[in-house]
Amino acid sequence: MSDLSKKERMKIPRQIMPEQDALERSSNFKEVNLGYTEELAKMEALRCLQCPKPVCVEGCPVGVKIDEFIKLVSEGDFLGASAKIKEDNMLPAVCGRVCPQEEQCEAKCVVGKKGESIAIGRLERFVADFERNNVGLRTIEIKNKSGKKVAVVGSGPAGLSCAGDLVQMGHEVTVFEALHELGGVLIYGIPEFRLPKEIVKAEIDSLKNLGVDFKTNSVIGFTDTIDELLKDGFDAVFIAVGAGLPNFMNLPGENLNGVYSSNEFLTRVNLMKAYKFPEYDTPVFNVEGKNVAVFGGGNTAMDAVRTSKRLGAKNAFIIYRRSEAEMPARKEEVHHAKQEGIEFLMLSNPNKFIGDENGWLNGVEITRMELGEPDASGRRRPVAIPNSEYVIDIDMAVIAIGNGSNPIIQQTTPDLGYNKWGNIVVDEETMATSKPGVFAGGDIVTGGATVILAMGAGRKAAKSIDEYLKTI
Amino acid sequence: MFKILKAEFIAPSIKRFEIEAPKIAAKRKAGQFVIVRINETGERIPLTIADSDTIKGTITIIVQGIGKTTKELNNLSTGEFILDLVGPLGKPSHIENFGTAVSIGGGVGTAIAYPTAVALKQAGNHTISIIGGRSKEFVILENEMNEVCDEVFPTTDDGSYGFHGFVTQKLQSLIDSGRKIDFVLAIGPIPMMKAVAETTRPYGIKTVVSLNPVMVDGTGMCGGCRATVDNKTVFVCVDGPEFDAHLVDFETLTRRNIAYREMESESFEIHNCNLDKAIGEL
Ligand SMILES: Cc1cc2nc3c(=O)[nH]c(=O)nc-3n(C[C@H](O)[C@H](O)[C@H](O)COP(=O)(O)OP(=O)(O)OC[C@H]3O[C@@H](n4cnc5c(N)ncnc54)[C@H](O)[C@@H]3O)c2cc1C
Ligand SMILES: Cc1cc2nc3c(=O)[nH]c(=O)nc-3n(C[C@H](O)[C@H](O)[C@H](O)COP(=O)(O)OP(=O)(O)OC[C@H]3O[C@@H](n4cnc5c(N)ncnc54)[C@H](O)[C@@H]3O)c2cc1C
Ligand code: SF4
Ligand code: SF4
Ligand code: FES
Repeated sequence: MSDLSKKERMKIPRQIMPEQDALERSSNFKEVNLGYTEELAKMEALRCLQCPKPVCVEGCPVGVKIDEFIKLVSEGDFLGASAKIKEDNMLPAVCGRVCPQEEQCEAKCVVGKKGESIAIGRLERFVADFERNNVGLRTIEIKNKSGKKVAVVGSGPAGLSCAGDLVQMGHEVTVFEALHELGGVLIYGIPEFRLPKEIVKAEIDSLKNLGVDFKTNSVIGFTDTIDELLKDGFDAVFIAVGAGLPNFMNLPGENLNGVYSSNEFLTRVNLMKAYKFPEYDTPVFNVEGKNVAVFGGGNTAMDAVRTSKRLGAKNAFIIYRRSEAEMPARKEEVHHAKQEGIEFLMLSNPNKFIGDENGWLNGVEITRMELGEPDASGRRRPVAIPNSEYVIDIDMAVIAIGNGSNPIIQQTTPDLGYNKWGNIVVDEETMATSKPGVFAGGDIVTGGATVILAMGAGRKAAKSIDEYLKTI
Repeated sequence: MFKILKAEFIAPSIKRFEIEAPKIAAKRKAGQFVIVRINETGERIPLTIADSDTIKGTITIIVQGIGKTTKELNNLSTGEFILDLVGPLGKPSHIENFGTAVSIGGGVGTAIAYPTAVALKQAGNHTISIIGGRSKEFVILENEMNEVCDEVFPTTDDGSYGFHGFVTQKLQSLIDSGRKIDFVLAIGPIPMMKAVAETTRPYGIKTVVSLNPVMVDGTGMCGGCRATVDNKTVFVCVDGPEFDAHLVDFETLTRRNIAYREMESESFEIHNCNLDKAIGEL
C-alpha cells in the first residue's frame, strides 16, 4: 500500500471520525468523539505524503515526529507509532484530543494548502488509545538511581510530564497537589465528554508505576512552603501550579446568586461530580428548562456552555464581544457546540447583571458591538454601538474570560521573580527561576495557554533540573 | 485517610473531634481552617481549626450538625477515618496587643473564636469573652475560655444560664458600664455578626468578623466564596476569612449562603431515607 502515488494519496478524502449523535450526546456526559477504527486510521495515514521536509513538525510545539509516526500507522505498527510519538509527547491520548491542531501541526501540513490537511490529532489519539487498550501499563526498570530528590508542585500536564521524565532519569520524585484529585485542569476543568477522566487516570497510574510519589491535599505555600521543601531534603523544586485565579468582569450584579466563574461551575460538575447530584453531595444550580449564558469565546467557554446544555438548559448562549472569527476556541469545539444547539451571540458585551428581589439572577443587559480598528493583539477592536442596549432573560451566567495567576506561591515565596501579572519569570531555555534549584513552567509562567505547551515546559524543565542536579 | 483519635458531643448536635494530622497541627495559626471531604461522594466543607496538639500531632475541630455533610461527619466516631483533609488554609488572625479585646461567639462560633482568643491573650491583651447560646446546653467551651480569658460571660436567649439575652446586649452593657474596649471579634450566625457590627459602629471600636460563605477548593481557584467588603469583591478563603465587620455587606453574604438551600435539603432527605432504610434492614 505504501506504493501509492502522490496523486492517489491526494485523492483519499480526509477520514471522518465517528462521533455520538448530536441530539443524543447533548444530554449525556459520554465522550463526543468515538475515535478512528484501525481501518480508518490506516486510510487516513495513507493520505500523508511523507514529505522530505515535513513542515507539519514545525507546527507542533514539541516537535512530534509526525511523518515518522504516520508512516508506522500506515504500516499497521500502532505500538511503534505510539513509541515514536512518546519520544516527544508524554500525553498523546490527551493532546490528540485537546490540541488546537488547526493552528498548530495541521495548519502547516502541505496537503492542507489545497485540500484538507492530514488529521494528525485524530491519528495521534488513535495510536495512544490503541496502546492503552491493548497493552498494560509499561514498567521500565530504572537503573542508575541518582539519590537526588525533586519536588513537583501541581499535577497538571506540566507537573506530570516533568515528573515522568525525572523519574526515568533516576531521580526520586514527589508530586504535591492542592486538590484531592490529580491531573490539574485535565480533571477539574476539561469535561468528561471531551476528555474522559479514565485516560488521565491511566497516565497518572503509569507514573505511579514508574515510582513517582503523589501527595494530594497539599497546598504548597500553606502545607509546606517552597523554602521548607528545599530545607526538608528536596534538591530541586519544579513549580507547575497553573493559572488558577478566575477573572471576573467587575460588573454590577456579578455577585448575584446564579453567577459562576467557569472554574467554579466546571469544578462543581467535573471534579465534584455535581451532575450526579444527589448521589454526589456537591450541588450545582439546577438549570433544567432554564436559560444559561456563558461569557467568553475560548475552550473554557465552550466547555461550560456545552456542560450547561447537558445539565438540561433550555437555551444556552455564548455571549462574546468580538466576532466568531476572533474566538480563540478550537474549531472542533465551536462546531460541536453548534451541532448541539448552542446559540452564539457575537459582538455582544454585557453591562450589568440584573437580579430579582431575592438576589437571584434573572437577566443581563447587553450592548451590541461592531468591529473597529485593530488593537494591540492585531484583532479588530470591538466598539459599542450607541443606544443598542437590550436585556436577555437568563437564570444562570458563567464567566469564562480567562484566569489570572493564583497568589499563594507569590505570597509565600516572595523572593522569586514575578511579572506584573504575578506570573513566575523564568529563563526560557532552562525554565530556571531567579532562585537556585527552583524551576517553573506551564500556565503559571505563560498565563493560560495549552496542554501541549505546559507539557513541553515540563519536559524542558526536567532536562535542566537533571543537569542542575549533576552540579550539586 | 485521616484518623479520628477522639470524638465526643459537647452540646446537642455539636461534636468535637481530634484528628491525626501532624503537619497541619505543626503549622496552623489562630484563625485558619481546613477543608474536609468525608468520603468519595462527599462535598468539600470548611471547618476552623479550634486547637492543635503538636506533640500528639492532632488538630481539633468542632462541628455543628446543620445539614447533610456536618451531620454525616457527626455520625463518625473514634477510630473512624476522614478521606481528605487539607490545610491550614486562609490568613491567620491579625493579632496584636490592642488593650482590651472582647471575643464573642454565638453557638458553634465560640469554637471558631476560641483559638483567636488564645492568641489575643498570648499577645498581652486583657481578654473578655462572651459566649452565647439559645439555652444552657448550647453554651460551649466555657471551661476552655475560662482558662485563657480574664473574664467570661455566658449568655442565653432564654435565660436558662448566665446573662439573659443576646450577646450584643451583654456587649452593650459592657460598653455602657464605661469599660474601654479596644477590639471586638465576633463569630457566629450572620444576623449575630451583623448585630455586633452595628453595636460597635457608633463607638468606632475596631471589630472583626469571620465570614462563612460556601466554599469549594479553599485556595482562591473557584471564586465561589466571594463576598462584598468595602464595596469590593473578595475571595474569603484566601483574602480572609476575617474582615473588618464595619465594611462587610452582610445582605449579599446571607443571600449567597442560601443559594443551595433547596438542593441541600433534598440531599439531606435522601440521606435520611437511606439511613432509615439501613436501620430498617438491621
Ligand atoms: C475549561 C478549560 C478547557 C481547556 N481546554 C483546552 C484545550 O482544549 N486544549 C488545550 O490545549 N488547552 C486547554 N486548556 C488549557 C490547558 O488546560 C492548560 O493550559 C494546562 O492545563 C496548563 O497546565 P499546567 O500544568 O500549567 O496547570 P494546571 O493544569 O492548571 O495544573 C496545575 C495544578 O496545580 C495545582 N496547584 C495549584 N496551586 C497549588 C499549590 N499551591 N500547591 C499544590 N498544587 C497546586 C492545581 O490544583 C492543579 O491541579 C483548557 C483550560 C480550561 C480551564
Ligand atoms: C472559614 C469557615 C470556617 C468554618 N468553621 C466551622 C466550624 O469550625 N464548625 C462548624 O460547625 N462550621 C463551620 N463552618 C460552617 C460549615 O462549613 C458549614 O456548616 C457546612 O459547610 C455546612 O454543610 P452541610 O452540608 O452540613 O450543610 P448544608 O446542607 O450545606 O447547609 C444546611 C443549611 O446551612 C446553611 N449553610 C450552608 N453553608 C453554610 C455556611 N458556610 N455557614 C452557615 N450556614 C451555611 C444553608 O443555607 C442551609 O440552610 C465554617 C465555614 C467557613 C467558611
Ligand atoms: S502534540 Fe498537538 S500539535 Fe503536536 S502533533 Fe500532536 S496534536 Fe499536533
Ligand atoms: S506536512 Fe502533511 S503530508 Fe507532509 S509529512 Fe506532514 S502530515 Fe504528512
Ligand atoms: S473557595 Fe474557591 S475561591 Fe474560595
